[in-house]
Amino acid sequence: MPAITAEGLVKIYRSRKLEVRALDGVDLEVQEGTVLGLLGPNGAGKTTTVRILATLIRPDAGRATVAGFDVVREAQQLRSVIGLSGHYAAVDENLTARENLWMFGRLYQLSSAESRRRGTELLEQFDLGEAADRVVKTYSGGMRRRLDLASALIGRPRLLFLDEPTTGLDPRGRLGMWDVIRTLVRDGTTLLLTTQYLEEADELADTIAVIDHGRVIARGTSDELKGQVGGERIEVVVHDRTDLDRAEEILARDGSGQWVLDEHTRKLTVPATGGAGKLIEIVRDLGDAGIAIDDIALRRPTLDDVFLALTGHAAEDRAEEAAA
Amino acid sequence: MSRPASPIRAAAALAASELRVTARRGENVLVTLIIPPAVLLFFATTGLLPARAGRPVDFLLPGSLALAVIAAGLVNLGIATAYERAYGVLKRLGGSPLPRWGLVAAKIAAVLVLEVIQVVVLLVVAVGILDWRPSPGTSAGLFVVAMLLGTLAFAGLGLLMAGRLRAEATLALANGLFLGFLMIGGIVLPIDHLPGPLAALASVLPAAALAEAFRAALGTGTDAASALLILAVWGLAAAGLAIRTFRWE
Repeated sequence: MPAITAEGLVKIYRSRKLEVRALDGVDLEVQEGTVLGLLGPNGAGKTTTVRILATLIRPDAGRATVAGFDVVREAQQLRSVIGLSGHYAAVDENLTARENLWMFGRLYQLSSAESRRRGTELLEQFDLGEAADRVVKTYSGGMRRRLDLASALIGRPRLLFLDEPTTGLDPRGRLGMWDVIRTLVRDGTTLLLTTQYLEEADELADTIAVIDHGRVIARGTSDELKGQVGGERIEVVVHDRTDLDRAEEILARDGSGQWVLDEHTRKLTVPATGGAGKLIEIVRDLGDAGIAIDDIALRRPTLDDVFLALTGHAAEDRAEEAAA
Repeated sequence: MSRPASPIRAAAALAASELRVTARRGENVLVTLIIPPAVLLFFATTGLLPARAGRPVDFLLPGSLALAVIAAGLVNLGIATAYERAYGVLKRLGGSPLPRWGLVAAKIAAVLVLEVIQVVVLLVVAVGILDWRPSPGTSAGLFVVAMLLGTLAFAGLGLLMAGRLRAEATLALANGLFLGFLMIGGIVLPIDHLPGPLAALASVLPAAALAEAFRAALGTGTDAASALLILAVWGLAAAGLAIRTFRWE
């Protein structure tokens, strides 16, 4: 039985003037021990989906099970086996990290001694040992986020929901968080991770579900999705217009599809598989042919590309709509 | 991975943490443990109250006790919970295996422990500095009932605000009500000294009712029954409404 199933989840928010369908029929499935990346722009419904699966809110329609428990009827049992961590660090500022972890341990019905022990273990794992006895008010954003994640793990959950775990972190913080997440995955935890960044879904997820306007619009591995979008591309700006013909030949040979020329900028774009290796090959071949180039780049599909391909509009437009 | 259900222990741990947090915030200590005794001392020793039968402290001590309960339930609990909700802590607590009722029980337990401390402080001030002694009509049972119903009413109001309003709004409203109750809640000024319409309003508010209930418990008031009834109505209404409208984030 899959660790997470969701069928036709609907959630409608009503305020005085309007009605928003935050979720409009979300279907999901996550196998045990795997990572699902739920990818979409702001307002797509990622957080709402996670909230429903983590039993914080109830769907207006549809069903979902997590670890075999129904999220509405068996919510109480479900809570002992899941952990939730989001981009708002949900820890008490006036307590120290150690005290926070002790409290959460007790909430998960560990004994006092076990709570303390588990807390110390997590403090070590998340590199919070030194700051463990200072109040959280004094922590940096990255530290609070780590404590938040540690708190989610206190009960050794089989299943973890991570809601935009690296949004707002600096690059080093992000890489650090990815390392932690990879360790969790190695230990066999099932993970549902939401993110705005295709790169992050790429790095961490076994399968990706793309969500927009409250619906899952595409599903697959990272390669499958990128394939739908046309995969990676190499762009070359040729210095001399007279070299264009020969450059086109080289790209036709080395690339994996039809090249496209922008006459005005002398930019040739060709689909390419093989990443950096292919890039090097093309650079070498262009060099051997004596063709001078102004610029060359390997372009990977971004969330925008995926969205453009799947929905006909950029992810940014969607976010603006949602904010309006 | 099943554990024997012991939400009581979990709730106790949460209550302990809540008290720890309260002790660490200066403004909480100020409003719950310093202001009520200060009000008691100030008005008892400066003779600013309108003249009436009996000593000022006999009127003021029950009033200060009511103020203490308001501080603990409405101000302290209300504001702390409001910010917990704003910061997502409440969401995490709500998503833990502790059932919702356990969470509320933990918070109420923390408020009750705080109130016991407040009562001790006030009694020490009254007995030690103001020469107060319990009169023959004192009823410990009535005292406890007054405290419990008062806690229900004011903690109920505190949680009602915290679960519904923005944190800043709860902060402003709780503090505003605290001040308002101090003035027209029969705490330092008897409500029959208020102008007509205000006195009528004051007489149905939970603050004056609680102060009256404490007066009855300490042997200087008369109408315990209607005071307790008013408190009970407020308490059940606030609690009922809070249950219906509480948002965990």
